[in-house]
Order: sequence, then structure tokens, then C-alpha cells
Amino acid sequence: MKVAVLKGGRSLERGVSLRSGARVEDALERLGHEVLPLEADGGLVKRLTSERPDVAFVAMHGPGGEDGTAQELLEILGIPFTGPGVAACARCIDKVLAKHELRSAGVPTPDWFAFNETAFRELGAADALSGLEERLGFPLVVKPSRGGSALGIRFAENWFDVPEALVSAFSYDDRVLLERFVDGRELAVSVLGNEPLPVVEAIPQGGDSYDFEARYEIGRTSFVCPAQLDEDEAAAVTEAALAAYRALGCSGFSRVDLILDAAGPQVLEVNAIPGLTDTSLLPQAAEAAGMSFEQLVEKILDLALAPTRA
Amino acid sequence: MPDPPHRRRAHASSSDLERYAGLFAERTKVMRSSAMRDLMAVTARPDVISLAGGLPDTSTFPPQTFAAQMTRIAQESAAEALQYGPTEGFRETVDCIVEVMGAEGMLPDPEDVIVTTGGQQAIDLLCKTLVDPGDAVICEAPTYPGAIPVFCSYQADTIQIECDAEGMRIDELESTLERLDSEGRRPKLIYSVPSFQNPAGVTMSLERRRRLVELARSRELLIVEDSPYGLLRFGGDPLPPLYQLDGGDFVIYIGTFSKILSPGIRLGWAVAPPPVMEKVVLGKQASDLCTSTLTQYFVREYFAEGHWREYVESLVEIYRGRRDAMLEALRLHFPPQATWTEPEGGLFIWATLPPYIDTSDLLAKALRENVAFVPGQAAYVDGRGRNSMRLNFSAGNADEIREGIRRIGKVIGEQVELYSALTGEQPAVPAVPPQEPAEAENVLPFRKAGEGSG
Repeated sequence: MKVAVLKGGRSLERGVSLRSGARVEDALERLGHEVLPLEADGGLVKRLTSERPDVAFVAMHGPGGEDGTAQELLEILGIPFTGPGVAACARCIDKVLAKHELRSAGVPTPDWFAFNETAFRELGAADALSGLEERLGFPLVVKPSRGGSALGIRFAENWFDVPEALVSAFSYDDRVLLERFVDGRELAVSVLGNEPLPVVEAIPQGGDSYDFEARYEIGRTSFVCPAQLDEDEAAAVTEAALAAYRALGCSGFSRVDLILDAAGPQVLEVNAIPGLTDTSLLPQAAEAAGMSFEQLVEKILDLALAPTRA
Repeated sequence: MPDPPHRRRAHASSSDLERYAGLFAERTKVMRSSAMRDLMAVTARPDVISLAGGLPDTSTFPPQTFAAQMTRIAQESAAEALQYGPTEGFRETVDCIVEVMGAEGMLPDPEDVIVTTGGQQAIDLLCKTLVDPGDAVICEAPTYPGAIPVFCSYQADTIQIECDAEGMRIDELESTLERLDSEGRRPKLIYSVPSFQNPAGVTMSLERRRRLVELARSRELLIVEDSPYGLLRFGGDPLPPLYQLDGGDFVIYIGTFSKILSPGIRLGWAVAPPPVMEKVVLGKQASDLCTSTLTQYFVREYFAEGHWREYVESLVEIYRGRRDAMLEALRLHFPPQATWTEPEGGLFIWATLPPYIDTSDLLAKALRENVAFVPGQAAYVDGRGRNSMRLNFSAGNADEIREGIRRIGKVIGEQVELYSALTGEQPAVPAVPPQEPAEAENVLPFRKAGEGSG
């Protein structure tokens, strides 16, 4: 089968995407497919039109590849592709939109406020910040609405930290959210098809648990898969993850990030196209389920080509 | 040309990584933030005006000169140029080095010189020679971002001394030395880039140079003077290098051909007292046996022509114009809350923004405008420098510099404006009663679902 691998792009996660793409290409070759590596640049549509691949493996992360843009093009060109469809991607990439969907579907997610940059610039939204303490309490987490890595995510201990955290978050997106901080265990559930894979737990190694960048560094965070959860916890976490996956309309595969405290699991976000590098969580979860990376890639392709797909 | 046959290694799985990770040395655990690395990866996009690199402009080096010299080497000395060489470097290369140092008023003993693979290797070899894990190493704040990974990989306790317009604050250095003394510790080396510092662009004043050398002599401490840019002076009077003031007893000198000829030839050097040099040579032998023979031949040929100083002067002319263009653009496009250094030479300007602006985040915003710089944090070991940035003026032409600064100024302006909107009329603590909670809606007006943001 001729498989195009879409990678790169202009997002800040370009580096991760190139690593995901390279690893997928490698696996596809070993599976005996004809691989067509494609940089997501100005020549993408031309290449897709002239090469006519049987299926496209979308290994792009962040805006441009994970937000439905590439998927829309592939739909127009009539090329089946891996991972969630246009609408699901658009919902997942935008944390604010995703949280609305989750809440209306009854999936637990921490309370939040969201702000547009224009609300501050033109509507005097700063005056509304005074409601934060009452509504969310401190500490809270300030995040850009769109963005997949730890970049721009800030912890606000008190009211005085908020303006600076907002300036940082608005560097990445013109919409940000302020979310109630839940102090709990950090878990990720990857879903393949409609099946949950074993839960991964991220455990920060000493230091500052509010240092969000540490989560993405080898040595500063260790990952345990399957996570040590009792039966009830595991069931609740998996159920919340599947509910989130469905609420956002995901298909193919995705990864749901949750936090677990005494009150139960809460969904933080859903990554429509999670990383597939050698340190990424989805491949780790697949491995824990007894799947090699090749088997994972083959399964993702099968799901993309399955006739039931919307 | 078809690809040569090769075996593609299967990518490692996470359990493979775990297996290797157990074997990694402690010193590998000092890697830079991967988020930051991903951010810097984007700066390499071809459509980005990059003021981030530290690249000299090699485009003005005459290709015919390069071709003629390489041809001559091939015709006259092919066998020797393709052979190993002495660990210390060829005597002829050292003669060129003595000539370069002479141009700045220094008279090193050729016996004290070792040719290295760039100045970077000299930093590495000196740390290898002097620094045990936990040893104190002193440097400037900010310091050369490329020195930090070296200090970290030798597990040094890196202490940074504040810089101002006159370079390293010697009073702060003295109190730090006192403190270390009281703890029974002695720093293994004091690393300084006294002239046109990378990244701050500042030059250490003569008075401070004297005091620094005096301090080193009276306390018998080693200074490592890294001087890649000394000859790239655009104005003002030349100042004596620390090496010259000291005479070479307690100052180890690092030089390079990178900024006066080419960084691609990877030729630098160190000058150190004989007991130190002996260990450095052993270290170099273990690292790479010898510096590239071929490029040493190239330098020899190039210096024999006798025009190297003219080339440096032509670079000075070019860089002076670019620095002026950058300073002018900064005055035009950066907000009044920003400050910056006005270097008399070298390759860099250091700009400092209001404290609420984090330049790593600003870089993400700047990249959307297709412009890049180095966030100040890269020049510190302790997370300081978050509101500063390093701007390079040697790599791009004046038009690119002006446009790049305009774009950075625009994104800074947006953040300044946003911050004042956030804090301007806001009481320091929330005094107004919270609004009536809206029904099942805890979100202020924002774009409707499905609308893109561009």
C-alpha cells in the first residue's frame, strides 16, 4: 500500500512531528508499505494530487496538522487518513471548546474561565478578573487555549501572578483559559479505535511539581505503565477517558490527559494526534498492551481504512 | 546520485530507552528543556529572519582565494595535509596565532600555545583539566550560552557574577570569593569574555581589568579569558587583554579563527602556563589526537598571503554598519520600557524588557511574525534573564536587521499594551464584588465555536 506520511508543518511542535513522522515511516517500511514522506509545506497538495497515496498517515502536532486543517484538505482530495476527523480535531485543539463539549456531555473537567485577548484590549475584561478568586480559587493554571506542549502554561499562586501569566499564555494564542488547579496524579489514557490502552502515569522526579516543562523531559519525569491504580480507580479513569473521546467525536486514536484526586478523575484535555516518538505515551501504552510499534501503526492504518469510519 | 545502500536502524522503543537510560552518566542529566529545544528548532525555518545565531558573515570571503589556497595545498603538500599532526598543532599554525595575538598587543611564548578544534574545545579541555564535580566555576551573568553546557557536563557549581556597562562587577566577585573562602572553597576558574561579551555586548573597563587581574594574582586564581571578538572593534580605544596585563601567569587565554576567518575550519587555541598546558595536551590527545591538519594548512597558506588583517578590517566595516542599523531600529521600534547595550564591537546586542515579559514566550509570538532571537535564559544557569534577549547583527544584512527588529518591536509592543490593559485600572487586590454568576456559563465572551483564529 502507498502510504503518505504528513509531518513537519509550521507549528511549535514541528520538531516532535518530524520525530513522530520518521518513526512511523520506519515502521511502515518494515511493514512492507511504499512510504511517501511529505513535509507539510506549500507543495503538499500538489504532491498528494500527483502521487495519489492510498492513505495518509497524519503525524503532525499542534495547529496546522492537529486542528483539522490538514484533515480538511485530505477530505477534499478524497484521501483516507489516520486519526480523528476534521470536527474532532478542531474540538480537541481548542482546550476551551473541548472543555465546553466535555462539560455538556457530563465528563468531569476542572472549572475554568476563558478569555479572548480582545476582551482585555477592547472590553475591559481586566475588571472581571476580580471574580477569579471567588469562582476558581487559587492556585490556578493559566494556559493558551491552543497548543500541545508545556509552552506558555503557567501556575498562578495568587492574584498577583495572574497578569504576567496571562501575558505569557497570550504569546501562544489569542485565547487563554484559567483553570482551577487540581493537585492529583497525572494520567494519560490512549484510545485506539474504541479500545482504551493501559493507563500511563507521569511522576515528576522531585523538584517543582508546578514546573510544567519538566513533564516533557527525560529524567525529570518518569512514566509508569500500566499505572498503579486499584480496580475502581482504573475503571473510573478509563470510563472518563472513553467518555471524553466520544464526547469530542474522536476516531482512530487519541490520547486523553486526566488528573486523579480523591474526588475522582477529571479530564484536562484530549490530544487528537498524540506524539509517536520513542518517548511518547501512546506507543508506551501500546507496548504495555503487548503491541509492537509496527503493530500499532498497522492498526492505526486499518482503522483509517475501515468502512465504518464517518 | 542514488542513495548508497544502508541499513536503517529500527527506532528505539520506550523500553529500549529505559534500558539505555540506566547506563547514562550523571553528567548527561543536565539537558536543556526540550520545550525550549523545540522552540529553537522552529527558528531554523528558512522564512524566519534569525537574529538568534552567532554566525559571522562568511559570504565576503573571496572564493577564488579559498580555491587557490586549497589547490596549492593539494599540489604541494597533499600527503602531509592528509596525515595526522602533532597534538599541540603545527608550529606554523602557532606562528599565525602569535601574529594574531600580537595584533592585540600580546606576546605569548609559542611553547605555551595549543591549537584546538575551535575555541569551544579549549573551554572543554580547560574544564576537563581543572574541574571536578561540585567545584566552583565563576563566570559572568549573563555568560556565553555555549559555555554553560560545558560547565554543566563537568558538573561544576557555576556561580554567575552580575555584569553592568563596565563588564563583570568586581565588587560582587570579591564578596563571592570571600563567601567561598569562608566555606573553605576555592573556585577552579573564573571564565570571562572581557571584550564585546557574548551575549551582553559589553566590554570590561580598564580599571576592572586591572582589579580582576590583581585579584587573581593575589589569590592565585586562574582566569580564563575567552576573546573571540577582540579584533572586531568598531570604535573607541583598544583595551589591553587580561592576558597582557597579567603576563600569562594566572590568565589562560582562548582565541579563535572563527570570527576573523571562518568558523567552518574549526580552529581555535589556548595559551596557558606550562604546567596547565601539559595536562591540556594530554586531555586533547584523549579527545581527538590532533586538530584538523588540512585546515591548519589552510590557515598557514592564508596567513602567508599577508592580507588577513585587511579582511578583518573589511569585516569590521560591515559589522559596524549592521550594528548601527540595529541600534537605529531598536530606537525606532522598541518601546520606551526596553533598554539595550551599545557594543563597541563583536556580534551581539543584549536587550532587556519589562520584567513581566518572558522572552521565551515572546519568541513563540515572534516566530509567528517570522523573526527569532535567543531568549536571555540561555545565558544563565539559574533561570535568570527571563526578560532579556540576545540579538545578533553579524549574520544578516542591514535591511534584514531593520525588518527583524521592527517585527520584534511589534510583538513587544503588543505585550506591553496587554499588560497595561490587565493591570492599568485594576486594583492591586480584588476589591470589587464578584459579578453575579452567569447561568451554566463561566466564560467571558469569546469567538464562537468553529471560527478560526488565523
